[in-house]
Amino acid sequence: MTSSDPSVQLDHTPGHIKHDGHNLTGFVIFLCSESIIFLAFFAGFSLFKLTSPEWLPAGVDGLEVKMPLINTIVLVSSSFVAYFAERYLHKGNLWGFRIVWFITMLMGAYFVYGQYVEWSSLKFGLDSGVFGGTFYLLTGFHGLHVITGIGLMGLMLFHSFRPGNYEKGDMGVTSVSLFWHFVDVIWIILFFLIYVWQRY
Amino acid sequence: MIGAPDMAFPKLNAAAFWLVPVFAVLLMASFFVPGGPAQAGWWSYPPVSIQNPLGHFFNGQQLWLLAVALSGISSIFGAINFVTTIIRMRAPGMGFFKMPLYCWTAWGAQTIQLIGLPALTGGAIMLLFDLSFGTSFFKPEGGGDPVLYQHFFWFYSHPAVYVMVLPVFGIFSEVFTCYSRKPLFGYKFVALASFGIVFLSLIVWAHHMFYTGTPNWMRILFMFTTMTIAVPTGVKVFAWVATLWRGKLRLTTPMLFCLGGLVNFIFAGITGVMLGTVPIDIHVGNTYFVVAHFHYVIFNAIVLGVFAAVYHWFPKFTGHMYYEGLGKLHFALTFIGCTLNWLPLHWAGLLGMPRRVASYDPEFAIWNVIASVGAFLLGVAAIPFILNMVSSWARGPKAPPNPWGAIGLEWLLPSPPPAENFEDDVPTVLNNPYGYGLDQPQVADEAFYVRRAQEA
Repeated sequence: MTSSDPSVQLDHTPGHIKHDGHNLTGFVIFLCSESIIFLAFFAGFSLFKLTSPEWLPAGVDGLEVKMPLINTIVLVSSSFVAYFAERYLHKGNLWGFRIVWFITMLMGAYFVYGQYVEWSSLKFGLDSGVFGGTFYLLTGFHGLHVITGIGLMGLMLFHSFRPGNYEKGDMGVTSVSLFWHFVDVIWIILFFLIYVWQRY
Repeated sequence: MIGAPDMAFPKLNAAAFWLVPVFAVLLMASFFVPGGPAQAGWWSYPPVSIQNPLGHFFNGQQLWLLAVALSGISSIFGAINFVTTIIRMRAPGMGFFKMPLYCWTAWGAQTIQLIGLPALTGGAIMLLFDLSFGTSFFKPEGGGDPVLYQHFFWFYSHPAVYVMVLPVFGIFSEVFTCYSRKPLFGYKFVALASFGIVFLSLIVWAHHMFYTGTPNWMRILFMFTTMTIAVPTGVKVFAWVATLWRGKLRLTTPMLFCLGGLVNFIFAGITGVMLGTVPIDIHVGNTYFVVAHFHYVIFNAIVLGVFAAVYHWFPKFTGHMYYEGLGKLHFALTFIGCTLNWLPLHWAGLLGMPRRVASYDPEFAIWNVIASVGAFLLGVAAIPFILNMVSSWARGPKAPPNPWGAIGLEWLLPSPPPAENFEDDVPTVLNNPYGYGLDQPQVADEAFYVRRAQEA
């Protein structure tokens, strides 16, 4: 950020040396923008749930909550694990970072697997009214984000083996971990909307 | 304008740009698939837009939606880039309240893109699923609601007009101060009003839906918010008029275009408040009154402002001066043409001529004939413009670094500026760029930069 105090030095000229700050700013702006898509879907879901005359499709009387709850716990705790991985990196403990980071990835993968098991056990499809549509749209769109997050974490893990990778800062890891927290928060809202709200 | 060597993310910039031909090809390809291109208009309201009579999986509507989604992604890339650049790469000393107003308004416009476009994209994804994968988000027979799509659509598509008009407000602020040799009246208020417009633009969308079965409370609420948007815009208009008041006016081509644009914008603002009123809107909705109001904003205000910017910065872009006589001719033809074209259509609309029809009742003929004359005049106006641009760029007189005596970082560079602007030697900003007649330097050591630009 440019200061209004003229004596403060710039961090971007001459040349384009230090880009880390720009990247993080840009990434945060991107996440804010991305959250609007989810907000649009949440708004659509809530509106349908409140106004639709036939909410649940015939033969379906609600969703199983136990399995998604375990999934939620795994995903939420993986956010904390990612935080610890970042702490290791800041302390310079590379192997500690790699191992804990990999555990985060595994937890994410378990979440995707859980989703897969749940989806394959369901008796309704994408075309089962607005309930089926919104359910698969929300969980699927979120699932894509989880898979993207795991892919990005894999990339960061791969980069960590390059010599001198962190000489110019660790913006990549910071951004991916921010993305992971974002995906996590979205899931918590989603869980309350889809699974908890159905009881009331 | 802010002294940055480049955008914050040059590669992202290129990606956003090169997505344009990609989705253009996708969109054009829709003309060659069985069933032809999308036929639901630019609104693409369901149920019209989710018909697929031939039953092909790939159809024109689907390609249209994909192209819209891709163009949205491209615009979001661009918006991230602009906002990051403005927040992080200003010259030393340039606090937010020393920034040129053009940057304020561009920032506001890109903020709207960041908030509005994802909502439209979400709606487009749902429409695509309805069309191609059998969901029923917008199908009443499956429990869906077609009006929901209209909400998603207008949540972006109304603010989209502000995306276009805000940078023109910036252009007005730059041009009026420069050619009336006075500081901008109420700089801080004009700057903040940009974000007032951003905020209000996001809560007015349902005024496009007054006649599509919206509940009464919603109509009243959105009538209220729509009218409050006249407040920040009014702040700007009064600030420009106060800037012009008793200024030392120079009626150059850019100044003429801005004055014309401002007059038209005030007119468009008045019809805008009329349309924001529920009873009037229900009466004239979907008539030529709406069409005329829209074009008064989009063409008569925005395009005139863009022409002003082209002339004002032409010497800076190309290093050549344009021909003033041709420019003034271009302005005269454009202003008369656009007035003849759009003013009569207000009457046609008030008399009840519906829009989107192939033919019209003979009683509207006179207004349509006048409008056609105006439209042809606009076509003629393009001739001096193109002639001026091509011949001045090729062999116009060489432009000095600062032909208008304007204040601003870009005028401290040679014309055209070097690839990375100031490179290692970015000036330190002391004041906002509107200190006309105040005898205060905009940057420290200004004489050095002026001399360097002249020697280059």
